[in-house]
Amino acid sequence: MTSRTLALLAPGDRAVVRGILAEKEFAMRLMELGLTPGTEVALIRRAPFGDPLELAVRGSHFSIRRSEAERIHVDAL
Amino acid sequence: MSMPSERVAIVGSPNSGKSSLFNRLTGLRQKVANYPGVTVEKKVGSCRLPSGKQVDIVDLPGTYSLAPRSPDEAIVRDVLDGHCAPEEQADLVVAVVDATNLERQLYLALQILATGRPAVLVLNLIDAAQAQGIAIDVPAMERMLGVPVLAVSAKTGFGIDRLRTALDTRAAANGNGHGNGNGHANGYVNGKGSGSAHADGNGNGNGHRLTLEQALDPALGYANVERIIKAVVRRVPGRQAPRAGLDRVLTHRILGPIILVLFMGGVFQSIYAWASPFMDLISSGFAALAGAAQATLPAGPIRSLLVDGVLAGAGTVASFIPQLAILFFFIALMEDTGYMARAAFIMDRVMGAVGLPGRAFLPLLSSFACAIPGIMATRTIENRNDRLTTIMIAPLMTCSARLPVYALLIGAFIPDRYVLGILNLRGLTLLSLYLFGILAALAVAAVLKRTVLRGPKPLYVMELPHYRMPSLRSVAMTIRNRCLLFLQKAGTVIVAVSLVLWFLASYPVSKPGTPPSEALRHSFAGQLGRAIEPVIRPLGFDWKMGVGLISSVAAREVMISTMATVYSLDGSGDPSMSLKQTLPKVRNDRTGALAYTPLVAVSLMVFFALACQCMSTVAVARRETNSWRWPLFMLLFMNAIAWAASFVVFQGGRLLGWG
Repeated sequence: MTSRTLALLAPGDRAVVRGILAEKEFAMRLMELGLTPGTEVALIRRAPFGDPLELAVRGSHFSIRRSEAERIHVDAL
Repeated sequence: MSMPSERVAIVGSPNSGKSSLFNRLTGLRQKVANYPGVTVEKKVGSCRLPSGKQVDIVDLPGTYSLAPRSPDEAIVRDVLDGHCAPEEQADLVVAVVDATNLERQLYLALQILATGRPAVLVLNLIDAAQAQGIAIDVPAMERMLGVPVLAVSAKTGFGIDRLRTALDTRAAANGNGHGNGNGHANGYVNGKGSGSAHADGNGNGNGHRLTLEQALDPALGYANVERIIKAVVRRVPGRQAPRAGLDRVLTHRILGPIILVLFMGGVFQSIYAWASPFMDLISSGFAALAGAAQATLPAGPIRSLLVDGVLAGAGTVASFIPQLAILFFFIALMEDTGYMARAAFIMDRVMGAVGLPGRAFLPLLSSFACAIPGIMATRTIENRNDRLTTIMIAPLMTCSARLPVYALLIGAFIPDRYVLGILNLRGLTLLSLYLFGILAALAVAAVLKRTVLRGPKPLYVMELPHYRMPSLRSVAMTIRNRCLLFLQKAGTVIVAVSLVLWFLASYPVSKPGTPPSEALRHSFAGQLGRAIEPVIRPLGFDWKMGVGLISSVAAREVMISTMATVYSLDGSGDPSMSLKQTLPKVRNDRTGALAYTPLVAVSLMVFFALACQCMSTVAVARRETNSWRWPLFMLLFMNAIAWAASFVVFQGGRLLGWG
């Protein structure tokens, strides 16, 4: 298992959330959307112009900007 | 006085199908208003229950959590924990979840149940869930949660009658002051076996309920959700949501943007083109009304007020309805199908360059037709500062009302020449004006986002919901609500301003037989034009253009008919055609020099590109921001930069010897 940020995953990669390195408010928001530590996420695709990214978390899909994804640390599966 | 009706609040995440459930329960008995002091909308309707009892239904703003961070969320939280005015309190809560997205949406639902308000849980989109092979054990869920759980499809109407009955039973149980055996209303704590380290051993046996504080903790909340899902949901393998295939095309690296551009082009084209026959119909309808009034009423101030004031104002208001209806048809369609989120996904990078979210794209594009629907479309932007920035720059997009003015001035003063062999100078001028508006908008956005609308960086996380078939019913409801709101809130302001403009142009009354140009000259509008002449002289404008500018407050293209009156055209034929020949010959009253030179024309067009002249824009900005502060700010800054830009163009041009 290698640890990296979500922004570094390639489309199709799956990973497990380790933690969010950000101010509490920001981290809370992401966790409320289901990105709690231990949750499996998948990077589905990048938007046509490279940013944002599409994630699958807990059965639903999100668009998240690269700069936001860089704060989420994951263990690649 | 009758007893106030009981209130049922519908609460759920965005994309839970909350609004279609609201529409299904209330039908046409609904109205949209604002919560006092905030821009958050409040939708209230009424519903008759099987017992004959009438209840009020409130559709609360969509939220992902009850932790109050935005004004929307604060309202939901206040209603649920009773920190609101007594008449806003909910007697019963309907927690709505999308059954195809249970894991994420149950997180909020469990928080709602944890507040202890009497509640029922609605599993909406149950038909879609079944199609995707998701089976939910409803009785087991009821036992675990201790509240009635209803499988419903707001779109087809499946389960709605049972929901009405359940509301009846719950409402009756509240009224009698005792629970219905589910032990719900007291909001007890029970973290038993919730998968977290926490359990307080309440022996109730059916509880998977956390305190509100626990439910607000994402780790505890989701752990509890996972436990419930494991117990009640079974998946038939092999079936999938209709997303993968569609997304592969619609958000494809190359196809995605092409499809989006084609679609947006279609939307834009329809606002422009489809609306015009209806707008023509409306204006000929109002012309017929005016004709009838002319024929039946004796000449005099009453007839003049009715025809040139009231009917003119009402005609302006009504003429926006076709554009609004068409735009909101597409917006509702995009939102309901889920394509809006994909469009925002694609455009986010582009809009992000100027600090705006991808969702700002459609309102700004629509503003090229007209800023009124454009500003109303900003409602799809969630963040307040982003939304206000978009509202502020929308009027800088070159709207269709500027076009007749540009066409007149370009036709009269820009030579029909080719530069570099292929580029027509007139076309180039028009294109430059469009680009000028866009650049000005981007600059203003950048400045606003760094100054008055600076704020904590919002999270741009956005859900990409499942694709769904749109429901005609809810599309129709959106169009109806938007148009009604515009008529009630912005329409009244527009009519009021029309009356003021009528008064300015009609009083003091000149002697009968005075030529119209003389009458206008002596009217308050004429006097005002002369009063502002010192201010606009450095831009190359004289008082007659001042009168034109004042009249353009009604709508920019009105300037043309006013100019025709000012320059005493006989009114026969197309005013634009005869003005084209007249303007280059008009002389300035004071200096005797030619009033219009190509430089003056360019200065005037630059002024039109940037100035906030349109009363309807101001009125709709007031309605959408729910205050006068932002529209007044818009009026001030736009006119200030318009003045400054025209000043630079005219004075700079003169220094260079062009005028």
